[in-house]
Amino acid sequence: MSKRHLLALYGDFDQAEAVVKELRNTKINGFDVNDDMIVKSPIEHPEVERFLGDKPVYVQWFTLVGAVLGGSLGFLGISSAQANFFMQMKGGKPIVPLPPNFVLTYELFILGGVYITVLGFLICAALPAKRSPLYNAKVSVDNIGILVKAEEGAVGILKAIFTKHKAIEIQEEAGK
Amino acid sequence: MKDIREDIAWAKINQDVMKSLENPRPLYWVILFFAVLAFGIGIGCEVYQYQMGMGVANLDNPHVWGLYIATFIFWIGMSHSGTLLSAILHLMHADWRKPIYRFAEAMTTFSLMTAGLFVMVHLGRLWQFYYAVPYPNERWVWPNFQSPLLWDAMAIFTYLSSSVLFLFVGMIPDLAIARDNMQSGWRRKLYTLLALGWEGTDRQWRNFRVTYLTIACFLIPLAVSVHSIVASDFGMSQQPGWHVTSFPPYFVAGALYSGCAAIITLFIILRYVFKFEEYMTLPILKKIVRLTFAIAMVWTYLNCVEFASVWYSHDAVSKDLLIQKMTGPYAPFWWAMIFCGSIVPLIFAIKRFQTNIPVLFATSLLLNLGMWLERWMIVSPTFSHGYYPWTWDHDQWPSMIQWGIVFGSFGWFTLLFMVFCKMFPSVSMYEVKEMVYHRSLHLKQNGTVEQGVH
Repeated sequence: MSKRHLLALYGDFDQAEAVVKELRNTKINGFDVNDDMIVKSPIEHPEVERFLGDKPVYVQWFTLVGAVLGGSLGFLGISSAQANFFMQMKGGKPIVPLPPNFVLTYELFILGGVYITVLGFLICAALPAKRSPLYNAKVSVDNIGILVKAEEGAVGILKAIFTKHKAIEIQEEAGK
Repeated sequence: MKDIREDIAWAKINQDVMKSLENPRPLYWVILFFAVLAFGIGIGCEVYQYQMGMGVANLDNPHVWGLYIATFIFWIGMSHSGTLLSAILHLMHADWRKPIYRFAEAMTTFSLMTAGLFVMVHLGRLWQFYYAVPYPNERWVWPNFQSPLLWDAMAIFTYLSSSVLFLFVGMIPDLAIARDNMQSGWRRKLYTLLALGWEGTDRQWRNFRVTYLTIACFLIPLAVSVHSIVASDFGMSQQPGWHVTSFPPYFVAGALYSGCAAIITLFIILRYVFKFEEYMTLPILKKIVRLTFAIAMVWTYLNCVEFASVWYSHDAVSKDLLIQKMTGPYAPFWWAMIFCGSIVPLIFAIKRFQTNIPVLFATSLLLNLGMWLERWMIVSPTFSHGYYPWTWDHDQWPSMIQWGIVFGSFGWFTLLFMVFCKMFPSVSMYEVKEMVYHRSLHLKQNGTVEQGVH
């Protein structure tokens, strides 16, 4: 069965929190609060995270892998280049000198870490993304948006909850 | 006095910053005109040098490094301010940085781009740049990975690309605001493309926070390593006056110092040109001034350490060079460096000058002059007065071509910076909203507590 989208806008975080709490506590057929609800806010808001509960972030794992890969591949690349370039006279000095290579390894460790962190961010935040079915520019000003996806039968109940908590505006997906 | 008013409406923040993308004061165009003019002079000089050879720069033995390398260090140093404001103060939860860190980050990026140009200009034979790139070749030419010059290239590349990513990632929520507020046209298309479909969902914010913090953590050691490596270009050589243990911290302190001085200059310009009086407030300026004063004193102390270690080192040549700097042909510039770098910042200790805009503007320009002179006084006197008297050359002076290219670099930096500020939000809208929100919340909580008590 196709699902419909609804977006409710609120002026402050307390109201949005009350809506999320009620959606959590009410059993609505055709609507799963964990999978079918997205909260949008104009700022990085600790309250939003608090009322949505702890959700895992995996970006730091990308960072770890990126930094380790950057450092190890960097060292390996530089060392193998030095070892293979036998034309350069070493004058009795080590073919793979550790202290100077450490400096370059350090730089490549950071380079790998930063690049892969940004890649991880794009993957984990699902960016670049297409605009969601309902988007309101007021979310980038000062409103909190609650976007839900539900089956036809649940839409009425959801709207009633949004209205009860004094939504500034409720948008429905057009053409459905 | 408050850093920012707690009752500014969020819609007004958007409006004011978006206005800066369209209607700057006329001074903006005047600055842009002079920037283009200066850049044009620089380009002209570079074209002439390209065609005639490095001789026209008056760079030869023993003066193999001149203003190009001095100015290269100056621009690298300038880039450290962005890291200080964005990364270090971010980790320290100093929220007063929020209205001003964006332009400091842009400064970092553009000053690194300017510094990179000087490497090319200094090479002279631009068409043979690929000789410096490590790849198997028939010429038996291979970069020496043990040389600090190569570390420098790697460090600057890492710093530049990481700074660009840091600037871009931090700007995504603001690009979405610009996308939502801009009428149709190429700019809206550009913001739509760069905003990557950002909508401010809880998932996006969660990942954004961790990413921003992580890159900030990487940037701090990176910034320190970049200028330490630049210091190693000198410190690891055997040249008199350069082989000093305190060079890396001295360079890092100098970098932060010149960066902070440049932030004061640009703060004052942007505040007026883009009508940011509500966001770039005097209390915030006062905090930067105090920070600059503290760094100036650190720099002065490290200067004393350097002089003392040369004086008491029993290294006759280095000591002779130090005396030569104080009394020889470079003496006016050396004393000007001491005056601008160590005496002028004492103005910042006087409370009534800490928010006096004309005084601060003039002082910040003098500080930057002092910091540029510092780099020149590191590079040139050593070449003019080396180990052997028959290599001494006290009379050589940089040619007009060198001066022209140095002058042009300021035009290039200003051009990039001013165009950026007109194209992209130079005040972080979402972070100013956060600042306003948290302060008003704090005020409300305090009010509630007080009501309860009485």
